[in-house]
Amino acid sequence: MSRTREFLRRILPQLVTLAAVLGLIAAVYPGFFEVSMANGRLYGSLIDILNRGAPVALLAIGMTLVIATRGIDLSVGAIMAICGAVAAAAITSGLGLAAALGLALAAGLACGLWNGLLVVLFGIQPIVATLILMVAGRGIAQLVTEGAILTFTHEGLIFLGSGAVFGVPTPVLIWFAAGALALLVVRRTALGMLIEAVGINRRAGALAGVGAGALIVAVYMVSGLCAGMAGVIAAADIRGADANNAGLWLELDAILAVVIGGTSLLGGRFSIAASLIGAMIIQSVNTGILLSGFPPEFNLIIKAAIIIVILVLQSPRLRAGPRLRRPGGRVRGASAAEKKERVTS
Amino acid sequence: MEDREPLLRAQGVTKAFPGALALDGVDFTLRRGEVHALLGENGAGKSTLVKCLTGAYRRDGGDILLDGRPIDPRDTQAAQELGIGTVYQEVNLLENLTVAENLLLGRQPRRMGLVSPGATRAAAREMLAGYGLDIDVGRTLGSYPVAIRQVVAIARAVSLSGKVLILDEPTASLDAREVEMLFGVIEGLRARGLGIVFISHFLDQVFRICDRVTVLRNGRLVGARDTRGLDRVGLVNMMLGRELSEETRAHGRTDGPQGAPALTFRGFGRAGRIAPVDLEIRRGEVVGVAGLLGSGRTELAETIFGVTPHDSGAAEAGGSRLSLASPRAAVAAGFGFCPEDRKTDALVGDLTIRENIVLALQARRGWARPVPRREQAALAEEYIARLDIRTTDAEKPAGQLSGGNQQKVILARWLATNPRFLILDEPTRGIDVGAHAEIIRLIEELCAAGMSLLVISSELDELVSYSHRVMVLRDRAQVAALEGAGITVESIVSAIAAPEPEGAPA
Repeated sequence: MSRTREFLRRILPQLVTLAAVLGLIAAVYPGFFEVSMANGRLYGSLIDILNRGAPVALLAIGMTLVIATRGIDLSVGAIMAICGAVAAAAITSGLGLAAALGLALAAGLACGLWNGLLVVLFGIQPIVATLILMVAGRGIAQLVTEGAILTFTHEGLIFLGSGAVFGVPTPVLIWFAAGALALLVVRRTALGMLIEAVGINRRAGALAGVGAGALIVAVYMVSGLCAGMAGVIAAADIRGADANNAGLWLELDAILAVVIGGTSLLGGRFSIAASLIGAMIIQSVNTGILLSGFPPEFNLIIKAAIIIVILVLQSPRLRAGPRLRRPGGRVRGASAAEKKERVTS
Repeated sequence: MEDREPLLRAQGVTKAFPGALALDGVDFTLRRGEVHALLGENGAGKSTLVKCLTGAYRRDGGDILLDGRPIDPRDTQAAQELGIGTVYQEVNLLENLTVAENLLLGRQPRRMGLVSPGATRAAAREMLAGYGLDIDVGRTLGSYPVAIRQVVAIARAVSLSGKVLILDEPTASLDAREVEMLFGVIEGLRARGLGIVFISHFLDQVFRICDRVTVLRNGRLVGARDTRGLDRVGLVNMMLGRELSEETRAHGRTDGPQGAPALTFRGFGRAGRIAPVDLEIRRGEVVGVAGLLGSGRTELAETIFGVTPHDSGAAEAGGSRLSLASPRAAVAAGFGFCPEDRKTDALVGDLTIRENIVLALQARRGWARPVPRREQAALAEEYIARLDIRTTDAEKPAGQLSGGNQQKVILARWLATNPRFLILDEPTRGIDVGAHAEIIRLIEELCAAGMSLLVISSELDELVSYSHRVMVLRDRAQVAALEGAGITVESIVSAIAAPEPEGAPA
């Protein structure tokens, strides 16, 4: 009961933001909330947001866990390209769907393992460790596709990108299922708490007997796996693996989703649900700008402006500011000192 | 003693925080040319009072008079300008700047609008004259030991303020020689007529340097006394508000358990950390570890616990060999370890008290078998009550607790795993007198319940009072093993000091 309330209070700011963004779009574009059914599939802007947001949502799941351990994974966009390429190469060389998916996801796990080992065994800072694969990954993907866009016509694989089950687009189902599974595993087992402990104070966690190294490798592998799923969906959507452009810059959107979701880049407390809502906020902004009819060259600027507004509104300083100021005209420095004291004493 | 006109007088100072009255009408008087100790358990209100005096907090009520004139500093800078300077335990100077720059930061002598390094150094040397420091003011502050930095901080505070100097636990991280040096500086300032407020947990130092003491408890004034004529028991009773029934034993405990050892370490060591030691511990036995800082005490504990895994020897329990290759393995073997540096090595500050308590238990069970939330809450409640952890509830971030309560949370974390062997590294360092006594009582309780303990401590009285045996380390090797009646403060000191390990029974 109280855990449900805790959960709702945690994701409330993100829900409010999402509602505000959606409301804003609806004000500019009246038909925004309309959803219709055609050819056994749901259509409408909302469905489109859920569908288009799938890759970033999937990436955000893994990224949340990585960031919770005080890490970061810059390589997820490149891993998407690798896994998309592997799936396409496997399916065009005549392997079955299960084998192609298995290979693609295994490639994602292997990439995550590589990142995790660099971070844990060699103690390389996560941002540098994952930068290596971010750069090299597209090269690997190009080797797999032999430099071309590797197209395919396998119906089963394409279904993952543009099919629908009971009218709901497959990518939406996939990210919903992955999100729900991750949420369940993390909060119904002790994994979430152990990840948070390691993220807040890795040494203390290790000294309490937490297998911190294994845990960190595992979260990078989860991130690789999520990127693998996202890569397959992205490839299936365009019916081909584009080593150069698949997942390009999506690592930044994924990090942004986590930040909007309120998880600190310094590690520790995290919320996968809030990150997923963060991913949807980003996609809503993207879709909203397109719908609103602004000239496309404004898109990135408007997106940046909206995101600045969101982040400023969510910043703890802004929220704390009016509350701490007292009638006596207290100076800011003193309130800060007082706040610090409450933490340290 | 003649009644000199007070330099600083606080009357009925009151400060409330949400949910707590931190100061309740406290009076405090500081005379010229005196060192005045401000004492009390953690949470008694010492820090709050100091912060009200220095403007870091705005008081809710009461008056503060400096030289008979009411003052109301808006912030620490205003207090500094009025003449009240503060030096905190963690010296808040800039380690990457030179000593001279630190001393004169913000008011460096300029020539044609540019800072003049030569003039800065000259002014700095002038400021440090009279402190008995012979250092190169052109070197970075970080290249000097903490004691020097402390004196530099004091010099800066005195030159900025010059009437009242508040020292908040200045000696916490100094060794005995450095403490003497600092006291020399303090005595010099006292002779110059400054009023000095001295906050410390070390009663010896209070009696050594202070002229008067003011004791606070639970935000209220207990009383102010002249140090001369005050006895220690009386002072401790003022601080605790209860009789401390802690008779110090003259020698170690002789009621040690007999029988086969529960744990045996043979030739157990790690190259470069701790030379191989032999150690046997029975059930219900407390083995103390003594030695100077850097003698290998913490290294021994960390090697046993697998933090830096041993590379020689072996450990056995009941005839079977134990793997101690990592903390995880040590926890699996039923070991627990409360490290010396709670903040960096043990506490997970942003997690709740409940989560901190169940952490080790959960880690041992593995992630797939979570401790049910109801059980977690029950464990937390049990240990909060049993160890008297002062908190409003178990869902508060553990980082918000005071030092002694944090230590109890870490203890609770290990007790929850029901270990057979518990290593405590300086369990009473940096915590207040009350929590101190409780932790010693707990050590005795645990040992009576059959747990084996290895306790590292710098406080020899303390070691003598609860140890059945004491292991003395020097230069990262065991130099003596004392037992029962053979454990006295003197025998430990002479073992630490002895130049040669002469026929020490191993």
